[in-house]
Amino acid sequence: MPHSVTPESTPADDSSRTISQAGSIKSEPDTQDVAMEDAPTPPVAEKSKINLEELFDDEDSDDEFPSSAPVLKEEELSQPAPLKISSRSAFSDPEIMRAFYQRLFPFRQLFQWLNHSATPSPHFAHREFAFTLPNDAYLRYQSFPTSDLLRKQCIQMLPSRFEIGPMYSTNPRDRKTLRKASAFKPVMKELVFDIDMTDYDDIRTCCTGASICLNCWSFITMAIKTIDIALREDFGFKHILWVYSGRRGAHAWVCDKRAREMDDQKRRSIAGYLELLKGGDQGGKKVNARRPLHPHLERSLKILKEHFQTSILAEQDPWASEEKSVQLLNLLPDPTLKAALQKKWDSSPSRPSAAKWADIDALAKSGALSKTPRDLLEAKQDIILEYTYPRLDAEVSKKLNHLLKSPFVVHPGTGRVCVPIDTRKVEEFDPLSVPTVTQLLTEIDDWEGEEGEKKLQDWEKTSLKPYVDYFRRFVAGLLEEEKPVLKREREDGADAMEF
Amino acid sequence: MIRHDYSRVDPKRRANLDYKKRQWANAEFQQQNYEHRLNLYVVPPTAEITLEEFETWAINRLKVLSELEACSFRNRSPEETAEFMKGILDKYLPLRSASSKSQKLQDERRKDHYSHFILRLAFSSTEDLRRRFSRLETMLFRLRFKDDDLRERQEFVRSLNLEWDEVKEDEKRELREELLAASGQKKGEEQEWFKVDWERVPELVEQRKVLLKRGKAYVPQREQMSLVVAEFTKKLDDALELTARALPRLDEDDRLAPILAHLSQSFTAPDAAYSSSDANIDGLSTISANSIDTLSQNFPLCMRNLHTTLRENSHLKHYGRLQYTLFLKGIGLSLDECLVFWRRSFKLMTDDKFQKEYKYNVRHAYGDVGGDANRRGRGYTPYSCQKLLTEPLPGPGQAHGCPYRTFTPDNLTSILQRVGVNDRDVLKSVKEDVGKQRYHVACNRVFEWSHKREIKKVKDDGSWGANDLDTITHPNTYFKRSWLLKHLGEGNAGLVNGSGGGEKMEE
Ligand code: SF4
Ligand SMILES: [Zn+2]
Repeated sequence: MPHSVTPESTPADDSSRTISQAGSIKSEPDTQDVAMEDAPTPPVAEKSKINLEELFDDEDSDDEFPSSAPVLKEEELSQPAPLKISSRSAFSDPEIMRAFYQRLFPFRQLFQWLNHSATPSPHFAHREFAFTLPNDAYLRYQSFPTSDLLRKQCIQMLPSRFEIGPMYSTNPRDRKTLRKASAFKPVMKELVFDIDMTDYDDIRTCCTGASICLNCWSFITMAIKTIDIALREDFGFKHILWVYSGRRGAHAWVCDKRAREMDDQKRRSIAGYLELLKGGDQGGKKVNARRPLHPHLERSLKILKEHFQTSILAEQDPWASEEKSVQLLNLLPDPTLKAALQKKWDSSPSRPSAAKWADIDALAKSGALSKTPRDLLEAKQDIILEYTYPRLDAEVSKKLNHLLKSPFVVHPGTGRVCVPIDTRKVEEFDPLSVPTVTQLLTEIDDWEGEEGEKKLQDWEKTSLKPYVDYFRRFVAGLLEEEKPVLKREREDGADAMEF
Repeated sequence: MIRHDYSRVDPKRRANLDYKKRQWANAEFQQQNYEHRLNLYVVPPTAEITLEEFETWAINRLKVLSELEACSFRNRSPEETAEFMKGILDKYLPLRSASSKSQKLQDERRKDHYSHFILRLAFSSTEDLRRRFSRLETMLFRLRFKDDDLRERQEFVRSLNLEWDEVKEDEKRELREELLAASGQKKGEEQEWFKVDWERVPELVEQRKVLLKRGKAYVPQREQMSLVVAEFTKKLDDALELTARALPRLDEDDRLAPILAHLSQSFTAPDAAYSSSDANIDGLSTISANSIDTLSQNFPLCMRNLHTTLRENSHLKHYGRLQYTLFLKGIGLSLDECLVFWRRSFKLMTDDKFQKEYKYNVRHAYGDVGGDANRRGRGYTPYSCQKLLTEPLPGPGQAHGCPYRTFTPDNLTSILQRVGVNDRDVLKSVKEDVGKQRYHVACNRVFEWSHKREIKKVKDDGSWGANDLDTITHPNTYFKRSWLLKHLGEGNAGLVNGSGGGEKMEE
């Protein structure tokens, strides 16, 4: 047959386009997600797969945290042997990780978040967890009937982090015993987003590589504001959890039932709706928005315009140098205007970006314009969007079975906990003041408050408290909404039986 | 034909069918009347056809689908595709409108109906095939929908009973600006709109062509097609799943099984023509990590661009690494040398980080690790031009893909000049090719120009045949041919396809 091609290639004009290599991607190191079942997993994974049942069986007798009612456990928790921790201890030190999982990680809230109710159900039990162990082995397809068992395995294995994948049609641990492979398939997962500073590297001037500061963090702030409002107003989603990724980015988990149940095509179309920048570094102008602007872009522009003045022009100052200002010229459509600007900047090459930006209008007014003012305005809007509009790692959002790092784990590089970001106060969020695991453990030891009637849990004695509280409220809101739905489903089920 | 029970009557209802009704239901299996030209293929065919019809019809439809696929790989615009497909469709799968008053209307519709279902059986076995089949059938449906007679199309749509809410006058007035902005319409073009859950028009959402409010999409009347197409795809996808589950039972019919197997095989041809003979180049001594810099002279632009980017940044992002690793594997670089190559290229990276985050992917691409299937297949196949030309465009910081497609014309010209293409006419023609989205034509043009002396020589002395100078459709072919031409008379026989037994390139 002529024109035959590999089945994974996809035509350009087809809406059902998938990213063709998705099955074989290990993402950039900072995107802690993995695509599909046969995606590359670090080599040790298979070998180091441990029979977990065995793990649970031994050493448990003298475990100080037997698997019993959570209340009892918490009591025991508040009196462990003091652990010597200075804020300089290494974040990945096994003792530190153990104390973290024992005393700080909010397993119960995490359980309720994924389980959508208080009584254990397949929503949680069939969820895939993937562990990255201290030796970098990567264990996929872990699952747990209850939060206690998840907790226990964390304390046992001390993963440097773990990821959350979809809920499957059957228990992920049983997948090999199924007669037909097709009986094991992902059925739901939150819609997720990943925004990472690497995608801004070509326009970020204040820092490079893994480092961030408050100035460049505003890229992430802008992204959160723009995406969050679109998800709420346009798609009608209500339960959106934003989480700091621990270093230089943020994740979003859209938890509404309607979002969780979407197939890949729907995920892809949301990602497409929200994506704007096109083309690589050599691709020239990256934003060429259709006019009139789609209402989503119009609204985004309104939000982003404000930030452009401060975060971009003043703080990033992207066109300060002579060669950088060429980038700005290249984005302008009008040859006459470009020539005039060039001339002006030749005589004072290092005018700050804000001045250069103002020069555009000034010179245009003074007559150096061969196209219409409308064209210029649109070009300027495109530039604002190119420098401010969210840059999503869209592949993460497009697949139901992508895994994403769990909230509240520790980032192994920075030691910071991946805490939720309160979108109502998103501008105040300071990634550099997010507590590190060592700091939190010191806080427990330093705690001098009164133990009142109610026993305090360890996290309540630390600066993790506001974050866990926020998460709790978030989960409560979600559960509230799920309640009637679950009930209705049960009733429907009963009907069907009768029939 | 082969009866399936996916149109199963539920047990309770069946019990209620009285004898007479059941008889009548049987009669229905015999003949179907096709009221409309278009078909959502919900009801499977039930009348008998001959084995010969079974096979020819399927092959005809397959021909149509593969031509459609070829159009999309060549980046043909919808108009060009429609133009091109017209002849093919007339020949293999005509489907005339009622207004044509043709005697054969019912026959044509029957053939369309049957051939669709036969291919459905043949292509439901694997996920990949299903996806590809559904995509191509959707394209075909869309093509036919577009050129359907307007009145007949309306009747067809009405027969589907799609439920949609009309947007009332006051809401229309209130949202007027936004509605127009979202759909890109001019003022004054008065329009009807309807409201549906956004999930029903994912295509329009993805392209930002509808207004969204709290989960509802406001679809202009003229985008109706999108909705119908979405309905088509959804129905087909669901049905394919069901067919896949019903499939094992079919194996029992030993007349059909071989035909079906044959059909699906001809649909799963290997990746556009990477032949392992590309890795055996006469006269080229074993390639090591050290030789890549020199050899990059002979690389096509896509790989050369990756190489330069790598040298400039001491880093490449994931897709670039994958594309380049596979290419290097394809030219014969061993896994060990490839690891050395990457390790040295990432100058700024610690050993530890390299070992942890990068090594595994390279090994995986070589099939050294990974699942059984990956190891057995010795990793992935080097990417063809078609693959590189149809994958999503690179994002910020990424350099993969085919530069003829991903670079702006100006940037393309300057990179070409940097690699020594300075002939104005060539550059001009390249620009034109690219403007028409004929990217690989541009690439071949550059190849011919930069090897013109050598090509002339091998043509003149007859050492290379026409096959050896066929259009290049694979980066690895580009390299092999370039290297051989630039090393003529150095002991290599100068035969592109090895000892004549090489595989013919398919485009
Ligand atoms: S046409 Fe093919 S070989 Fe040429 S640059 Fe593009 S992808 Fe590479
Ligand atoms: Zn910074």
